[in-house]
Parts: sequence; structure tokens; C-alpha cells
Amino acid sequence: MTDYRMNILVCGGTGCRSSEGATLYDELVSLLADKGLEKEIQVVSTGCFGFCEKGPVVKILPDNTFYVQVQAADAREIIEEHIIKGRKVEHLLYTAPETGKKVSDSKHMDFYKKQVRIALRNCGFINPENIDEYVAREGYAAMAKCLGEMTPEQVIKEIKKAGLRGRGGAGFPTGTKWELTRKSEADQKYVVCNADEGDPGAFMDRSILEGDPHSVIEAMSICGYCIGADKGLVYIRAEYPLAIKRLKIALEQARNYGLLGENVLDTGFNFDIELRYGAGAFVCGEETALIHSMEGKRGEPTFKPPFPAEKGYLGKPTNVNNVETYANIPPIINKGSKWFSGIGTEKSKGTKVFALAGKINNVGLIEVPMGTTLREVIYDIGGGIKGGKEFKAVQTGGPSGGCLTKNFLDTPIDYESLTEAGSMMGSGGMIVMDEDDCMVSIAKFYLEFTLDESCGKCNPCRIGNKRLWEILDKISKGNGTKEDLNRLKLLSNVVKDASLCGLGQTSPNPILSTMDNFWDEYLAHVEDKRCPAGQCKAMMQYVIDPNKCTGCTLCSRICPVAAIEGERKKPHEIDPEKCIKCGACMEKCKFEAISVA
Amino acid sequence: MDPIQSLIKELAVKHGRKRESLLPVLQGVVEQERYLSEHSMIEIARELDLPAAEVYGTATFYSFLEHRKMGRFIIRICKTISCSMKGKNQVLLAIQDMLKISTGETTPDGRFSLVETNCLGLCHKAPAMLINEEVYTDLTPEKVREILSDYMKK
Ligand SMILES: Cc1cc2nc3c(=O)[nH]c(=O)nc-3n(C[C@H](O)[C@H](O)[C@H](O)COP(=O)(O)O)c2cc1C
Ligand code: SF4
Ligand code: SF4
Ligand code: SF4
Ligand code: FES
Ligand code: FES
Repeated sequence: MTDYRMNILVCGGTGCRSSEGATLYDELVSLLADKGLEKEIQVVSTGCFGFCEKGPVVKILPDNTFYVQVQAADAREIIEEHIIKGRKVEHLLYTAPETGKKVSDSKHMDFYKKQVRIALRNCGFINPENIDEYVAREGYAAMAKCLGEMTPEQVIKEIKKAGLRGRGGAGFPTGTKWELTRKSEADQKYVVCNADEGDPGAFMDRSILEGDPHSVIEAMSICGYCIGADKGLVYIRAEYPLAIKRLKIALEQARNYGLLGENVLDTGFNFDIELRYGAGAFVCGEETALIHSMEGKRGEPTFKPPFPAEKGYLGKPTNVNNVETYANIPPIINKGSKWFSGIGTEKSKGTKVFALAGKINNVGLIEVPMGTTLREVIYDIGGGIKGGKEFKAVQTGGPSGGCLTKNFLDTPIDYESLTEAGSMMGSGGMIVMDEDDCMVSIAKFYLEFTLDESCGKCNPCRIGNKRLWEILDKISKGNGTKEDLNRLKLLSNVVKDASLCGLGQTSPNPILSTMDNFWDEYLAHVEDKRCPAGQCKAMMQYVIDPNKCTGCTLCSRICPVAAIEGERKKPHEIDPEKCIKCGACMEKCKFEAISVA
Repeated sequence: MDPIQSLIKELAVKHGRKRESLLPVLQGVVEQERYLSEHSMIEIARELDLPAAEVYGTATFYSFLEHRKMGRFIIRICKTISCSMKGKNQVLLAIQDMLKISTGETTPDGRFSLVETNCLGLCHKAPAMLINEEVYTDLTPEKVREILSDYMKK
């Protein structure tokens, strides 16, 4: 990168690419060539910058200018104005919502101020398809240090001292896991990377693999060295085509550089990595299910112990870690455990990557030190709630987690605090909900997900969740009773206690946490047959305000079931018996005479 | 040897004939054929020396290993929470209306299949869908009509 006078970084993450990022890149490259600048200025397609909300994103180095919502048509202006004349393209700069001022340097954006990037250190900086750029930023230095200067025991000790815990959900100490796998004796061991990310709202692992695949490869090699394995496997969702492509390129380049394969860096260490693809089954993210799936079987979980560290892939000791967990390893080795453990809280060290989605202004990918509060994440970084609406809840931990309300906004984010608050860290998806979201429907949504994804092996999960869903469905249709609420709670606890794997053991959490935090809303559904958020169709009634209705007849003509009657120029009326609550009339009425009651 | 048999043989040579080769072989057949017919599953069982029931049991576990005949373009629209919160239903209605099929069906000309799937990890750009390997995000009914019109010309 330093060989060039300037670098134009174009986000090549899936989010931006799918909204014109790819054509934008081509356009910039061809314009530079037209001007004969291709030797001085480089266009780099990077991984996600995190600010996906305002993508496609372009950043110019060395001056750090940050352009947002750049279209292919803007390429000419960037080149002619900024690159050639040195004048910033004002209208592409980000406007800070609070001050209305343009911000040019991303360092001054609220979105980035509170972030600390360890796992995402290279995302949005380097071209993930070029190993040289990774190497230029301390890439493979950690591996060289481990192989050349440290014994496996020393490496493990360093990781234990750093206090790194698994980022895949459970938060198990990574160094301890490596030590256990190292101590299991066998003729063959395996290093597995869990890239089966499937929690609703989660896209951290995809972004890391798209933006910095080498960091995962490097860390897996280090793990192989520590536990005594010469084979690694990445189990990745088939739904992530770009991540798969970049991972394949990275593996090939690492092999060509002698960083993977036989006799790595002339140290006598052998290690190579193979890719395995998921096939659309969420439960395969559970480590025992993942292993069965790699063995060519149905991806059904089995009881632990034995843990994969003792008996994993093909019955051999296997270390399974999450993508983000691995991405943290090289910086720990390079900068030392002391540096890492200086970040975060007492029991949760380092940072955590979160994917922000839902009704929040800045959807995207962020990384914050453990201990940052939910309020900082949602308001300072996330920019608050879309459309000036009221914050209602944030769901963390996906289908295993819970909904946290306003009262928990000052909870520091770490493994223990989130669990105590009735949710969990999970893998890092955060879905923000506003006043328009109905909590009964949200719980039902997560249950639907669980029903789809339950492997069906054990009864409490297969049947229990179905019954839970039915009760929720009954409540949302306005047929629930108070007795149903009790049954919901009772059965939720049975499913939690009696299920075999983590999926069933946590699937009732969204119900329990919404009941805890939004009891009144449940009561309104069963006692008053009313949905306070106005989402549950069965409880809604479309009504026409006779004072506003001009009798234009428009609504009666578009109603698909002829539920609206009235004479021309006279107020119309909706027959609640016939109305199917499609909402078409309300959308069409020019006089805002129709509302939901 | 029919084309399926030779495809399976080829895949078995590439991935091996061990139990852990089963998923890659199944995925290889789906990549080519878009789905697993009974014939394919029986042939895979023969080639890998597994009981056909095991092959069937494994294949039907995974939602991406379709065992019904699929169209040339498989539309997988995300139905999970972030996408639903951001108007996936209208998008789905627009697709159904345009292709004249319901979810789970294939157009009579064998071009399009429409399925709903769970979170695609594109929640920041919801609603999202995949058409084969291509990603489409921030969908609206208008946008999806445009995208499909392009595919109809292919
Ligand atoms: C239903 C279910 C789904 C899971 N999905 C994932 C996943 O997509 N990615 C992941 O890394 N871990 C997932 N896990 C956690 C894994 O079982 C395992 O704990 C993790 O991969 C260990 O890595 P870590 O220690 O680095 O977190 C899931 C667990 C359960 C019960
Ligand atoms: S809890 Fe659910 S997903 Fe887990 S093994 Fe039982 S049925 Fe399968
Ligand atoms: S469209 Fe509105 S104004 Fe016209 S008849 Fe219907 S309710 Fe009345
Ligand atoms: S909501 Fe739909 S069905 Fe009901 S009155 Fe309006 S247009 Fe007719
Ligand atoms: S995908 Fe471009 S900023 Fe996230
Ligand atoms: S919820 Fe639709 S992509 Fe995640």
C-alpha cells in the first residue's frame, strides 16, 4: 500500500457490494487508468467498514476521508476533484445528525469514536484477497513467533493469561480448551473453525471472513501447533458465497507462501486447512452437531461429555472455536497477554464484535471493549432509534437470548452481566426494537425459528417448542387466557430443563424474558384482547372516521373482499366480519380517514 | 452409465468414498442438478457403499439439499425477524404475484423456485434474498420486480 501516493479503499463487503459497490470499484479502476494514474493511485477492495447503513463506503488514504452512499456515478467526481485537484467531494461526506455538520475524517465520527478494533483490525483496511497486505500489518508474525520462539505450553499459557473467552456464545476460556485438547492423547487431532453463524441478526463471522480471512488461518495454525494437530477444517455456511471465495483465495496464497502445508517456515511443523460447507441447518452450529455433519451424518447434537476436546471429529480430539475467537489470537501473541487483559472487565477481557440490526439508525458491524454499556452501543455508536421512535427493547443472544428493556440500558456488556440481566452474550447479534414491535409476536418469531431449526432428536424440544408456539399463536390471535400464561411459563421451564442440547435448553428464553419484562403486554393480549403495539392482526380493527371520510369510494373499490360500503360523498363503513385486515384501504385513503383501533 | 452415474463417480473420485465424503458428494450433485432425485440418492448409496436409507436420512436433514425438483433459479427469501420487521411480506407477495407461484413451488416452465429460508446474515440490509449464489438486499416490491424481470430474460 505504501508504494502508492494514495489509496482508495472501496468496501467490498457483501452489504456494500450488493448495493453497487462492485460496479463502483470497476469504475474507479478504469477512470484511473484513463487518466494514467494507475501507478500512483491504488484502488483496494476491502472488507466491511462496519458502517453498512450508509454504504457503499469509500475511504481515501492517507488523508482518511470517509465517503458514504457512494454510487458508481460518483466515481468520476472522486477522481477528478479529490484525487487530481485535492478537493473533497462535500456531498459525499457524512453528515453528523446531531450537529448537521459534515465530518470528513472517520476518526471523528461518533460511530467510530468508542470502538476498539482487535478482531476487526484489518476489516476495511486491507484487500483480503492479497496476502501481502495482511503480512504488511503484522500478518503471520504471531505464527512465526510461536513456531520459532515459543513452546506450545508457552503459547497456551499466554492465551490463558490474556483471559480470552469463546466468542461463539458460551464464553468458555479459550486457553483452557486448547490445553485440554493438547492433553488428550491420540495419533491424530483436529482444529475446527465454526463458521456456521446462523443466529438471526448475526453477521460478525461473515464479515471477518470476508474482510480478513488470513487472521483465522493464522490462528488455526497456531492452535494446531499448540494442540498437536496437522489438520484444520473450517465449517462454513453455504449461504456465504463471498466469504467462501475469499477464504479459498487466502488458503491458496498461504500455501504458495509456505505458510500452510508441509514444513511451515522451515520449522518442521505441518498444517493444512480444508473447507466443509454447511447445507442450511442452524443446529449444525452446535459443536457436536457440527462434527457429525462433517462426518457426513445428520447434524444432530449428542450429549456432552465426551467433549470434542476428548472425542471429536472421527472420534479424535478436536478443538472447536468460533471465527471471532480465532481472529483475536494473533494480536494477543503479537502484543502480549497483558495488553489484551488490560481491555475489558474483570471476567470478560478484550472486545466483542456486534452486528446491529433492526430499528436502529446505524445498522452495521461494531467492535467495543467489554464493559461498554448497551446505551453507548445503541445511542452513541448506533445513533439511536430510527425515525425518532421510542426504544423498546434489544434482543441479544439470538434465539437463545432475551429481550432487554430501557431499564437495562446501563448494563455493561460482558458475559456475566448480560446473563444476570436475563439475556446472554450469544454470538453478537443485536436486534433493536421500537414502540411498534409487539413482544408477543417477537417471542413467537423466535419460536418459529426454533421450530424450523430443531433437529427433532429429543422430545422436549421437538414437541415442547411446538406446544409453546401454539400457545403464543393462540394469544396473538386474541384467544389466550390467563391460564395460558401460566402454562407458557411452566412448559418453558420444562423445555429448558429437559432438552438435550443448547438449542432446546435456551429456546424458551425469548418467551421468559419478554414475559418478565413485558408482562403487561401479555396481559393486554389475554385480558383485554388488545395488542398495545398494534401488530397482532387478529386484534386489530380497521375503522373509518366519519368526520374525515369524504366518501371518495376509493377504498371500497380496492378492498379485495368488498368489506367497505357506503354511498358516494357519504362516509363509508367497514364490515368487521368481512375485513381480512390487509391494510390496503388505509394505505390508499388520501384523507387519512382510516385507522387501526 | 447415465450422466448422473458418471457425475457421482466423478465426485466420489474427487471427495473419496468415506462416510465423511457423503455431504460433499450430495452437495456436488445438488450444485449440478439443483436437487437430489431418488435415482441420485440410490446411485450415491451404491457408489459410497452405504445403505440408501442412510443417504436419504442425511440428505433430508439439510434444507439446502433439496429433494424435490427445483427450478433453474432458486429464490431463497429470508423470513427471519429482521427481514420481517422491514417489510419482507410485501416483497414476498410481489414475487408470488409476478411468478404466479406460492412459496415452495416451481414455475411450470422450470425456471424459478421460491422458498423461504432463515436468516442469511444480511440483516443489516434487510429484507434480503439469494437467487442461486447472488445476494440481493434492501429489497422493496419495486426492486424485486426489476430483479426478476432481468432474470426472466436469462
Ligand atoms: C444451537 C446452537 C448453535 C450454535 N451456533 C454457533 C455458531 O453458529 N457459531 C459458533 O461459533 N458457535 C455456535 N454455537 C456454540 C458452539 O457449540 C461452540 O460452543 C463454539 O463454537 C465454541 O467456540 P468458542 O469457544 O470459540 O466460542 C452454537 C451452539 C448451539 C447450542
Ligand atoms: S434440544 Fe432440540 S436441537 Fe437439541 S438435540 Fe434436542 S431436538 Fe435437537
Ligand atoms: S378512501 Fe378514505 S375518504 Fe375515500 S371513501 Fe374510503 S375512507 Fe372515505
Ligand atoms: S383492511 Fe383490507 S379487507 Fe379490511 S376493509 Fe381494508 S381493504 Fe378491506
Ligand atoms: S459491507 Fe460495506 S460497510 Fe459493511
Ligand atoms: S433476518 Fe433476514 S438476513 Fe438476517
